[in-house]
Amino acid sequence: MRIEYFQLIDRIVALDVSAWTIRVEAVVPRESTIFEGHFPGNPLMPGVLLIESMAQTAGWLVIALTRFERMPFLAAIKDAKLRTFVLPGTNLDITAKLLHDGSGYAITKATIAADSKPICDAEITFRVMPFPEKSMRRAMEETAARIGFPMQALADG
Amino acid sequence: MSSTFDTVANIIAETCDIPRDTIKPESHAIEDLGIDSLDFLDIAFAIDKAFGIKLPLEQWTQEVNDGKATTEQYFVLQNLCTRIDGLVAAKGA
Repeated sequence: MRIEYFQLIDRIVALDVSAWTIRVEAVVPRESTIFEGHFPGNPLMPGVLLIESMAQTAGWLVIALTRFERMPFLAAIKDAKLRTFVLPGTNLDITAKLLHDGSGYAITKATIAADSKPICDAEITFRVMPFPEKSMRRAMEETAARIGFPMQALADG
Repeated sequence: MSSTFDTVANIIAETCDIPRDTIKPESHAIEDLGIDSLDFLDIAFAIDKAFGIKLPLEQWTQEVNDGKATTEQYFVLQNLCTRIDGLVAAKGA
Protein backbone atom coordinates (compact mmCIF):
# COMPACT_ATOMS: atom_id res chain seq x y z
CA MET A 1 0.00 0.00 0.00
CA ARG A 2 1.04 3.55 -0.67
CA ILE A 3 -1.85 5.13 1.07
CA GLU A 4 -0.81 8.72 0.38
CA TYR A 5 -1.27 7.94 -3.32
CA PHE A 6 -4.47 5.95 -2.85
CA GLN A 7 -2.66 2.82 -3.95
CA LEU A 8 -4.54 0.58 -1.56
CA ILE A 9 -4.11 -2.77 -3.28
CA ASP A 10 -0.79 -4.56 -3.47
CA ARG A 11 -1.67 -7.60 -5.52
CA ILE A 12 -4.63 -9.41 -7.02
CA VAL A 13 -4.49 -12.93 -5.64
CA ALA A 14 -7.50 -14.45 -7.39
CA LEU A 15 -10.05 -13.36 -9.95
CA ASP A 16 -12.95 -15.52 -11.09
CA VAL A 17 -15.03 -13.74 -13.72
CA SER A 18 -17.54 -16.58 -13.97
CA ALA A 19 -18.12 -16.61 -10.21
CA TRP A 20 -18.03 -12.79 -10.03
CA THR A 21 -15.41 -12.80 -7.25
CA ILE A 22 -12.03 -11.26 -6.59
CA ARG A 23 -9.49 -11.49 -3.80
CA VAL A 24 -6.57 -9.16 -3.22
CA GLU A 25 -3.91 -8.61 -0.60
CA ALA A 26 -2.57 -5.42 0.85
CA VAL A 27 -0.19 -4.60 3.66
CA VAL A 28 -0.75 -1.50 5.72
CA PRO A 29 2.59 0.37 5.72
CA ARG A 30 4.48 0.73 8.96
CA GLU A 31 5.10 4.38 8.28
CA SER A 32 3.05 7.02 6.51
CA THR A 33 2.43 10.72 6.81
CA ILE A 34 -1.23 9.77 7.28
CA PHE A 35 -0.33 8.33 10.67
CA GLU A 36 1.15 11.63 11.79
CA GLY A 37 -2.40 12.89 12.07
CA HIS A 38 -4.31 9.65 12.55
CA PHE A 39 -3.38 9.64 15.38
CA PRO A 40 -0.29 11.40 16.75
CA GLY A 41 1.66 8.75 18.65
CA ASN A 42 -1.06 6.14 18.09
CA PRO A 43 -1.12 5.25 14.39
CA LEU A 44 -4.32 3.65 13.11
CA MET A 45 -5.37 2.90 9.56
CA PRO A 46 -8.26 5.31 8.84
CA GLY A 47 -11.59 3.59 8.39
CA VAL A 48 -12.38 5.63 5.29
CA LEU A 49 -9.26 4.20 3.66
CA LEU A 50 -10.30 0.67 4.57
CA ILE A 51 -13.60 1.40 2.84
CA GLU A 52 -11.70 2.83 -0.13
CA SER A 53 -9.59 -0.33 -0.29
CA MET A 54 -12.78 -2.41 -0.48
CA ALA A 55 -14.12 -0.08 -3.17
CA GLN A 56 -10.91 -0.45 -5.19
CA THR A 57 -11.08 -4.23 -4.86
CA ALA A 58 -14.70 -4.37 -5.98
CA GLY A 59 -13.89 -1.84 -8.68
CA TRP A 60 -11.24 -4.12 -10.20
CA LEU A 61 -13.80 -6.88 -10.29
CA VAL A 62 -16.20 -4.66 -12.22
CA ILE A 63 -13.43 -3.61 -14.61
CA ALA A 64 -12.64 -7.27 -15.18
CA LEU A 65 -16.27 -8.14 -15.87
CA THR A 66 -16.50 -5.32 -18.42
CA ARG A 67 -13.13 -6.38 -19.88
CA PHE A 68 -11.61 -2.95 -19.40
CA GLU A 69 -14.38 -1.34 -21.45
CA ARG A 70 -15.96 0.51 -18.56
CA MET A 71 -14.95 2.34 -15.43
CA PRO A 72 -16.74 1.97 -12.09
CA PHE A 73 -17.24 5.14 -10.09
CA LEU A 74 -18.13 4.94 -6.43
CA ALA A 75 -21.77 5.89 -5.92
CA ALA A 76 -22.91 4.53 -2.56
CA ILE A 77 -21.68 2.72 0.54
CA LYS A 78 -24.23 0.84 2.58
CA ASP A 79 -24.09 -1.05 5.83
CA ALA A 80 -20.41 -0.32 6.31
CA LYS A 81 -19.05 -1.89 9.46
CA LEU A 82 -15.59 -1.24 10.89
CA ARG A 83 -15.16 -4.01 13.39
CA THR A 84 -11.73 -3.49 14.86
CA PHE A 85 -8.65 -1.27 14.86
CA VAL A 86 -6.13 -1.83 12.07
CA LEU A 87 -2.52 -1.11 12.97
CA PRO A 88 0.47 -0.38 10.72
CA GLY A 89 1.97 -3.56 9.29
CA THR A 90 -1.30 -5.49 9.18
CA ASN A 91 -1.77 -7.91 6.28
CA LEU A 92 -5.20 -7.39 4.76
CA ASP A 93 -7.14 -10.04 2.87
CA ILE A 94 -9.75 -8.18 0.81
CA THR A 95 -12.51 -9.91 -1.12
CA ALA A 96 -15.43 -8.73 -3.19
CA LYS A 97 -18.25 -10.27 -5.13
CA LEU A 98 -20.73 -8.86 -7.56
CA LEU A 99 -24.29 -9.03 -6.27
CA HIS A 100 -25.99 -7.50 -9.29
CA ASP A 101 -24.90 -6.52 -12.77
CA GLY A 102 -27.24 -3.65 -13.54
CA SER A 103 -27.54 -1.47 -16.61
CA GLY A 104 -25.00 1.27 -15.94
CA TYR A 105 -24.51 0.27 -12.33
CA ALA A 106 -23.15 -2.56 -10.23
CA ILE A 107 -23.91 -3.68 -6.69
CA THR A 108 -21.07 -5.40 -4.85
CA LYS A 109 -20.30 -6.75 -1.41
CA ALA A 110 -16.77 -6.47 -0.04
CA THR A 111 -15.02 -7.64 3.08
CA ILE A 112 -11.63 -7.28 4.73
CA ALA A 113 -10.10 -9.86 7.03
CA ALA A 114 -6.77 -10.14 8.81
CA ASP A 115 -5.58 -13.46 10.23
CA SER A 116 -9.01 -14.81 9.22
CA LYS A 117 -10.72 -12.31 11.52
CA PRO A 118 -13.30 -10.01 9.91
CA ILE A 119 -12.26 -6.38 9.99
CA CYS A 120 -14.84 -4.60 7.91
CA ASP A 121 -17.49 -5.09 5.26
CA ALA A 122 -19.89 -3.06 3.19
CA GLU A 123 -22.23 -3.10 0.24
CA ILE A 124 -20.77 -0.87 -2.45
CA THR A 125 -22.63 0.56 -5.43
CA PHE A 126 -20.88 1.85 -8.54
CA ARG A 127 -22.01 3.76 -11.55
CA VAL A 128 -20.44 1.97 -14.49
CA MET A 129 -19.77 3.94 -17.65
CA PRO A 130 -17.35 4.14 -20.54
CA PHE A 131 -13.96 5.58 -19.64
CA PRO A 132 -14.35 9.36 -19.92
CA GLU A 133 -10.84 9.66 -21.36
CA LYS A 134 -8.50 7.20 -23.07
CA SER A 135 -5.79 8.36 -20.70
CA MET A 136 -7.81 7.07 -17.75
CA ARG A 137 -8.08 3.65 -19.32
CA ARG A 138 -4.34 3.61 -20.01
CA ALA A 139 -3.65 4.59 -16.40
CA MET A 140 -5.89 1.77 -15.19
CA GLU A 141 -4.11 -0.70 -17.47
CA GLU A 142 -0.78 0.43 -16.04
CA THR A 143 -2.09 0.00 -12.53
CA ALA A 144 -3.46 -3.42 -13.50
CA ALA A 145 0.02 -4.49 -14.55
CA ARG A 146 1.49 -3.21 -11.28
CA ILE A 147 -0.94 -5.16 -9.11
CA GLY A 148 -0.74 -8.34 -11.17
CA PHE A 149 -4.13 -8.21 -12.82
CA PRO A 150 -4.54 -11.70 -14.36
CA MET A 151 -5.39 -10.92 -17.96
CA GLN A 152 -5.57 -14.66 -18.62
CA ALA A 153 -8.63 -14.80 -16.38
CA LEU A 154 -10.49 -12.67 -18.93
CA ALA A 155 -9.58 -15.06 -21.72
CA ASP A 156 -10.61 -18.04 -19.62
CA GLY A 157 -13.84 -16.42 -18.46
CA MET B 1 -50.34 -3.82 -14.68
CA SER B 2 -51.95 -3.22 -11.31
CA SER B 3 -49.85 -5.83 -9.51
CA THR B 4 -46.74 -4.53 -11.23
CA PHE B 5 -47.65 -1.03 -10.16
CA ASP B 6 -48.23 -2.13 -6.56
CA THR B 7 -44.83 -3.82 -6.46
CA VAL B 8 -43.07 -0.81 -7.98
CA ALA B 9 -44.90 1.66 -5.76
CA ASN B 10 -44.04 -0.35 -2.67
CA ILE B 11 -40.39 -0.46 -3.73
CA ILE B 12 -40.33 3.31 -4.22
CA ALA B 13 -42.07 3.92 -0.90
CA GLU B 14 -39.60 1.73 0.99
CA THR B 15 -36.48 2.79 -0.87
CA CYS B 16 -37.09 6.54 -0.87
CA ASP B 17 -39.23 6.89 2.24
CA ILE B 18 -42.09 8.36 0.23
CA PRO B 19 -45.63 7.91 1.59
CA ARG B 20 -47.18 5.05 -0.37
CA ASP B 21 -50.49 6.85 -0.91
CA THR B 22 -48.77 9.71 -2.75
CA ILE B 23 -47.41 7.35 -5.40
CA LYS B 24 -49.84 7.14 -8.32
CA PRO B 25 -49.69 5.49 -11.75
CA GLU B 26 -49.50 8.95 -13.30
CA SER B 27 -46.65 10.07 -11.01
CA HIS B 28 -43.38 11.02 -12.69
CA ALA B 29 -40.62 9.45 -10.63
CA ILE B 30 -38.29 12.41 -11.04
CA GLU B 31 -40.54 15.42 -11.42
CA ASP B 32 -43.40 14.46 -9.12
CA LEU B 33 -41.72 12.19 -6.57
CA GLY B 34 -38.34 13.96 -6.52
CA ILE B 35 -36.33 10.77 -6.97
CA ASP B 36 -32.77 11.51 -8.05
CA SER B 37 -30.57 9.34 -10.22
CA LEU B 38 -28.73 7.74 -7.30
CA ASP B 39 -31.94 6.80 -5.53
CA PHE B 40 -33.23 5.46 -8.82
CA LEU B 41 -30.31 3.01 -8.89
CA ASP B 42 -31.64 1.52 -5.66
CA ILE B 43 -35.10 1.33 -7.16
CA ALA B 44 -33.75 -0.26 -10.35
CA PHE B 45 -31.85 -2.83 -8.27
CA ALA B 46 -34.99 -3.71 -6.34
CA ILE B 47 -37.09 -3.89 -9.54
CA ASP B 48 -34.48 -6.05 -11.27
CA LYS B 49 -34.52 -8.43 -8.32
CA ALA B 50 -38.29 -8.45 -7.89
CA PHE B 51 -39.05 -9.18 -11.55
CA GLY B 52 -35.91 -11.05 -12.59
CA ILE B 53 -35.13 -8.53 -15.32
CA LYS B 54 -32.53 -5.90 -16.15
CA LEU B 55 -34.01 -2.47 -16.69
CA PRO B 56 -32.09 -0.99 -19.65
CA LEU B 57 -31.32 2.26 -17.88
CA GLU B 58 -28.32 3.07 -20.04
CA GLN B 59 -30.33 2.73 -23.23
CA TRP B 60 -33.18 4.82 -21.83
CA THR B 61 -30.82 7.55 -20.65
CA GLN B 62 -29.12 7.63 -24.03
CA GLU B 63 -32.44 7.90 -25.84
CA VAL B 64 -33.53 10.79 -23.62
CA ASN B 65 -30.17 12.55 -24.02
CA ASP B 66 -30.36 12.10 -27.80
CA GLY B 67 -33.88 13.55 -27.89
CA LYS B 68 -35.32 10.27 -29.18
CA ALA B 69 -37.50 9.79 -26.13
CA THR B 70 -38.93 11.80 -23.28
CA THR B 71 -38.45 11.08 -19.60
CA GLU B 72 -42.23 10.62 -19.39
CA GLN B 73 -41.97 7.52 -21.56
CA TYR B 74 -39.80 5.80 -19.00
CA PHE B 75 -40.30 7.48 -15.67
CA VAL B 76 -44.05 8.02 -15.42
CA LEU B 77 -44.87 4.99 -13.34
CA GLN B 78 -47.63 3.52 -15.50
CA ASN B 79 -45.26 3.71 -18.47
CA LEU B 80 -42.44 2.23 -16.42
CA CYS B 81 -44.73 -0.63 -15.36
CA THR B 82 -45.75 -1.29 -18.97
CA ARG B 83 -42.08 -1.59 -19.88
CA ILE B 84 -41.44 -3.87 -16.92
CA ASP B 85 -44.32 -6.09 -18.06
CA GLY B 86 -42.80 -6.15 -21.53
CA LEU B 87 -39.40 -7.18 -20.19
CA VAL B 88 -40.95 -9.90 -18.06
CA ALA B 89 -42.91 -11.19 -21.06
CA ALA B 90 -39.81 -11.13 -23.25
CA LYS B 91 -37.94 -13.10 -20.62
CA GLY B 92 -40.58 -15.82 -20.64
CA ALA B 93 -40.89 -15.94 -24.43
